[in-house]
Amino acid sequence: MRRRPNYLAGLGSLVWLVLVGFPLYVLLISTFRTRSSYSSEGPLSFPEHLTLQNYFDDFSNGFGQDFLNTLIVTVSVVAIVLLVVPPLAYAIVRARGRTISTVFRVFLLGLAIPAQAVIVPMFYVISKAGLYDRLIGVILPTAAFCLPVCTLVLTGAMRDITNELYEAMAMDGASPWRVFWQLVVPLSRGGLSSVVVFSALQAWNGFLFPLILTQSESTKVITLGLYNFQTEHGVDVPGLLSAVVLSMLPIFIVYLFARRALVQGLMGVGGK
Amino acid sequence: MSALSSGSASVRRVRAGRRTGVGVTRPGIVWAVPATVFFLLFALLPLVLVAVLSFTSWDGVGSPAFNGLDNWTKLLHDPVMTQSIWLTLVLTAAGVLVQTPVSILLGVWAAGHQRNRAVLSAVFFVPLLLSATAISVVWRAVLDPNFGVPSQLPWLFGDGNLMGSRSGAIAVLTFVGMWQWTPMHALLYQGGARAIPQVLYQAAAIDGAGKVRQFLHITLPQLRNTMITSVILMLVGGLTTFDTVLILTQGGPGTDTTNSAYYMYQQAFKSFDFGSGSAIALVLVVVATLISLAVVRLSGYDRMRSTSEGL
Repeated sequence: MRRRPNYLAGLGSLVWLVLVGFPLYVLLISTFRTRSSYSSEGPLSFPEHLTLQNYFDDFSNGFGQDFLNTLIVTVSVVAIVLLVVPPLAYAIVRARGRTISTVFRVFLLGLAIPAQAVIVPMFYVISKAGLYDRLIGVILPTAAFCLPVCTLVLTGAMRDITNELYEAMAMDGASPWRVFWQLVVPLSRGGLSSVVVFSALQAWNGFLFPLILTQSESTKVITLGLYNFQTEHGVDVPGLLSAVVLSMLPIFIVYLFARRALVQGLMGVGGK
Repeated sequence: MSALSSGSASVRRVRAGRRTGVGVTRPGIVWAVPATVFFLLFALLPLVLVAVLSFTSWDGVGSPAFNGLDNWTKLLHDPVMTQSIWLTLVLTAAGVLVQTPVSILLGVWAAGHQRNRAVLSAVFFVPLLLSATAISVVWRAVLDPNFGVPSQLPWLFGDGNLMGSRSGAIAVLTFVGMWQWTPMHALLYQGGARAIPQVLYQAAAIDGAGKVRQFLHITLPQLRNTMITSVILMLVGGLTTFDTVLILTQGGPGTDTTNSAYYMYQQAFKSFDFGSGSAIALVLVVVATLISLAVVRLSGYDRMRSTSEGL
């Protein structure tokens, strides 16, 4: 027996569609307007003349540099996370003893720490370490704050590997190193892709750490560029919104082609 | 005696993670060291430092100097601090009350078998992909009283200056928070709703229960665990709302939307009073930690994983 459609929830979902679609429409349509048509025709009407000038202007305003910085931050964060989290999760799932369960509990507690709450001492630590206003100073804390969720997701995935497989590997006399590479990593691919999705999204969209820990044009990331753009040229709405579109374009392309994997990744993550 | 010693030797060999022949190979604690050291340095050390810094005065340039309880007594008598705590509570409560019903409805709907579901849900989850910065920037442009949508739809928005009043600004922050976070929570509820056994609905249908009664008496009670997890996530998120406040209202009008996270930022990075900023931050840490201790207790993370199939 199949469940029949739920009309009430269906109606609600249509309302939600409008709520999500409406600002996206205003966003997109505004980027193809000139500044003067935005203020004279208003944001809702379809513009008489479409222009790509806003996008060109963004690039001459340094968007290319911001984009490159964000890309560097994102790739580095994902690399660090992929380097340290799988061995940690492997140890949490397979090692014995009190130490490792304490370690796991520390990471679970880490889920609770909001970045906002440690931003003052983070500024202190990064300044003292001589990393202020350098991309590495953004990369390290961003990666650190990805660790708890990534660890949780990956240990979940690794727990699903059955004991028989470990025993079979042990029969072959495999070392932990070989077990890790030939069994654990291949079989936790799903969890690994969730971890990549989550940490990449965090790094790409990160705002607070760049806001506090950088100040120069040369270390500006996209989100900070949007914020500065708004405070400095608040009236150029089409210019600002086209920068927003550019900032989300890479993620959106990935979303179009890998929606299922992305949503599943986000779901596995389950939190902020 | 010899049997005993050889036994303990093999135990030692298993613990060391070497080949044992019969036992199972296990990794040593060394595997956890890089991540743990990294995490201690860049997440837990700052957490300890925030407590230390809250007893110092520091302008961000020189060295912090201990000043005892000065920051704390100052905050205790600071009307903005008291107001910011109230506002944080109001924003958090409003967030939970608005987001929960919407995300339950959406999640339950998305768990069903509608034909247009795939197409629609492609649009539904777009807010998940956007940065809080982008979301705030877009809504600020959309809601701008002079050039935004309100000027074009006076029948809906009145004089249009939504963020010019305390209640309007709080409503905007709550709305944008809902826009931003509902898809995430809808996903949780979708997973939760998928996991409800169909038998329950079949039995209820045979007993003559309608859709609404089925929803109230089966779906909602069965979603209880998901609801706990979701509400706790909303609470922690609500306590630490920052980006949207910074970009949408700058804490205004006046200090009407200055919540604790924003006040902390203002004290530290605008007034260069890093000691007071740390004290506010410490309050946030303690509250958030208490809440997420509850997350781990009441948990639901394992359940969330196991219900993620079939998206």
